Amino acid sequence: MTVFNLAIELAYWQQTVIRSILGLVAVLLPAGTLVYLYLFKMMSFMQSRLGPMEAGPYGSLQLLAEVGKFLQKEDLFPRAADRVVFKAAPFVVLASTFLLVLVLPAGPDAWFINIDTGVFLALAVSSISVIGILMAGWGSASKYSLIGGLRAAGQLVAYELPLVLAVMGVVIQAGTLNVQEIVLAQANGEIFGWGGIGNPFIITQFLGFMIFLVAIQAELTQPPFDMPVAESEIVTGYLTEYTGMRFLLFFIGEFATAGIFSALAATFFLGGWYIPGLDPTSNLFNLIGPLVLVGKMLLVSFLIFWFRFTYPRFREDQLQQLAWKVLVPLSLVNIVATGVLKVVF
Amino acid sequence: MSNEASAQQLSYIENQASDARVNIELETEGMTLNLGPQHPATHGTLRIIVRLDGEQVVSAEPVMGYMHRGYEKLTEVRTYPQVTTLVNRIDWLGSFANEVPFILAAERLMEVEAPARAQWIRTALFELSRIANVVLFLGDMAVQLGATTPVFYAFRDREFVLNQIESVTGGRFHPNFDRIGGIKDDLPKGWIQETKDVLVRINSFCEEMEDLVVGNEIFQTRTRGIGIIPADTGLAYGLSGANIRSSGVDWDLRRDGGVGLIHDQLDWKVWTHPDGDSFARYWVRLQEVRESCKMVGQILDGIPSGPIMAKVPRIIKVPPGEAYVETENPLGIMGYYVISKGDLVPYRVKIRSASFNNVSITPWVLKGVYVPDVISILASLYFILGDIDR
Amino acid sequence: MSSPDTNAEEIVEESIEPQEELVTDEKREAFIGSITQDLGSGFVDSHIDPETDVWVRVTQEAWLETAKILFEKHGMNFFSFLSAIDWKPSPFGREMDSAIDDLDDEVIVETEMEWGIAGGEKRFQLLARVHNPSTHMGVNLKADLEGDFPEVDTWTPVYPGANWHEREVKEMFGISFKNHPNMVNLYLPTEFEGHPLRKDFPLLSRRAKPWPGIVDVELMPGEGDDEAEELGEET
Repeated sequence: MTVFNLAIELAYWQQTVIRSILGLVAVLLPAGTLVYLYLFKMMSFMQSRLGPMEAGPYGSLQLLAEVGKFLQKEDLFPRAADRVVFKAAPFVVLASTFLLVLVLPAGPDAWFINIDTGVFLALAVSSISVIGILMAGWGSASKYSLIGGLRAAGQLVAYELPLVLAVMGVVIQAGTLNVQEIVLAQANGEIFGWGGIGNPFIITQFLGFMIFLVAIQAELTQPPFDMPVAESEIVTGYLTEYTGMRFLLFFIGEFATAGIFSALAATFFLGGWYIPGLDPTSNLFNLIGPLVLVGKMLLVSFLIFWFRFTYPRFREDQLQQLAWKVLVPLSLVNIVATGVLKVVF
Repeated sequence: MSNEASAQQLSYIENQASDARVNIELETEGMTLNLGPQHPATHGTLRIIVRLDGEQVVSAEPVMGYMHRGYEKLTEVRTYPQVTTLVNRIDWLGSFANEVPFILAAERLMEVEAPARAQWIRTALFELSRIANVVLFLGDMAVQLGATTPVFYAFRDREFVLNQIESVTGGRFHPNFDRIGGIKDDLPKGWIQETKDVLVRINSFCEEMEDLVVGNEIFQTRTRGIGIIPADTGLAYGLSGANIRSSGVDWDLRRDGGVGLIHDQLDWKVWTHPDGDSFARYWVRLQEVRESCKMVGQILDGIPSGPIMAKVPRIIKVPPGEAYVETENPLGIMGYYVISKGDLVPYRVKIRSASFNNVSITPWVLKGVYVPDVISILASLYFILGDIDR
Repeated sequence: MSSPDTNAEEIVEESIEPQEELVTDEKREAFIGSITQDLGSGFVDSHIDPETDVWVRVTQEAWLETAKILFEKHGMNFFSFLSAIDWKPSPFGREMDSAIDDLDDEVIVETEMEWGIAGGEKRFQLLARVHNPSTHMGVNLKADLEGDFPEVDTWTPVYPGANWHEREVKEMFGISFKNHPNMVNLYLPTEFEGHPLRKDFPLLSRRAKPWPGIVDVELMPGEGDDEAEELGEET
């Protein structure tokens, strides 16, 4: 197993170190990019203001300033908090993010792990964050946190299902659970015999793509699905009692997960690291693949953040209704249709 | 409470509760949640103690007085011209409108009438302060429901209105411009044209809100059918302004029995909505901003020339008597009951502020709703804390 | 600008003329007649300001009944406000003004109680206003209250909106309401002593620092600069 197709064989510990560093980069880079590009700048422009302008050119160093501020803050605990649970919660949430990044391939040979049950793993580890959020909500010993934690749990569990079912269409069409092979299936696919742009599944699985987008919006607890942190009702929900470093971890977790979910959507529906016109087996993709993936990720996350800045939030019961009465039936219809068409063609 | 009203309330709660039937059967121990005083939802220091069963409100009790400034007592030791400085701070988003009914009450007692030009300028500023006030509501309601963007648009466009008020009165927030017998100063040069440009902006802001907020499906699901106030209940609680007009009561003091202002000489329309829910309250206010723009536009075209002050003595002594004058302020009906004993200072001033009555319905209307609806109902009732606490 | 000027004057003249013809206000006269009959001995006094307003004074006992009659018979279902008036001349205030107030000879410290419109007999008077939103007629109600800490029937069965107003009157004037559902302080802390809006409740900030009084009076536009200089010399 190699990270890149390097000429030299690396020892296991060397590979581990490189993978750890790259994993860190793969988590922090999207988080930072999304925060600066979308949260600071795009949101500001949409709201007819400039956003941060002082720290660095166009406020580009604002992120460092923010991180520095959080690092300086005292690590506070509510007196009645369950300290162990309270302390561990942000790490559990972040762990889910780090595990998610594992399955993402960024080139024909650039991957962390390449297993046959990649999709299954991704969807499984993405639900770990629920536990972290529940821990945060319960451990804070605050009513706002508790309500926020319970809302989050209900919401995340409800939207796991449409998330999984939306991907099922892709899996049926590609005929594999291996993420790398899903990318290759799109790269080598043909649209009615024309293979000019491959066959990105967004065309055949457009319904699935929309459901997936809605579901990840809910999984990320971003508006319009941000009841767990609804600042006008329950202060900031499960984050109410967190400050400093621990709050920063939650914050990184939120935006890194946004990036990685977008990358997953790009992989499942937009062809992943592949761009049309090149041989998908060429070694070049090990270099430009990551860039292509980041580009597609930014495209998908643009949509996510666009919704975020535009919509007001749902109420929990309305959100559950949307999940169970609309998204789940729709995705089931999608699966059946995909299966039938798969057999027919 | 009348039997009819309580029956309506009971059926309302029943409807709300039928959604949460499971909760009632499982009978869990309730929880008391404090919203406020320093709560982001209550833009000010209003505290609401809600008893919750799950997410459903069993009872809600507002606690006030964190900002009580004792204006009714203070007016007893202020001369009449000084009182306008105080009452400016009641509804701080539409300050000029607070001065008007007090000045009108004093004028009625003194039996003076402001010259025509002063009345027209007064009405223009009255409507401009309504625009400045309600425009912020249009954005704020959305931000309470979680959409962050509209409030920035509201602040952006409200700034232009404040600029216009400032260039006439010298004060953005607290003009203190109205005088017994007229107004302090005439309009500055070029103001009429500038204001017309601002009105165009406000109109386009209304279009923007219509698209961004009113037309938004999520906004509609969050507000339609939420916090329904039947007309008779609303009246018995003393709800006024857009809150009661959105329950279908066609009653606007600017049209029906307005005094001292010149609304009856303008061509405009009173908007009502039959639903009485949060959405109706938002919608009616949106239309009212448009009507206000229309009114200001007509005033700017037809403003008569002439003096701006009537003959009043230098030291104002108001003859003995009592007068109650109410006007249709941005938040609802605001009235001053002024009792004079022929002194330099009023003997007693009772301030009837709109938000006090508007918020007094919350224990009734919040029963049986969900926590997120508490926010949308409170936001749509639209209160200013200074207007509750006085 | 000249043509709108003349227009406006014409309109003002037109609107004044009918008012002068109607010295009596038939609508309000009829209302007073009807309510006098209904209330019987509960009715004390009334006053009509033609085309403007109407005052009715009732007895303490008839307070709740008046509300019922107004609500049911006269359609006055809009509750505007409920408050009280303390007619006792304040022992504070005038002598606390700065020296400049003494220049005015007409200022006399009152000692006798004087009542306003529709008269009065007792120190405390309830003051309330209800309105009929369809006929656009409002009525101001007054009622004399017996004693220093009077008690009167609550209006909440008729107008639920009176709830908070009565709580405010209770803490500000010390007037309590029978059968009120929740008679606790609205604004003031529970341990607060005294009733701030009573005239014998001292305004402490005013005691510590006398209000400048009429020195603050603003000059009329274009009026005497020399007067301002005089005032400046005196202070």
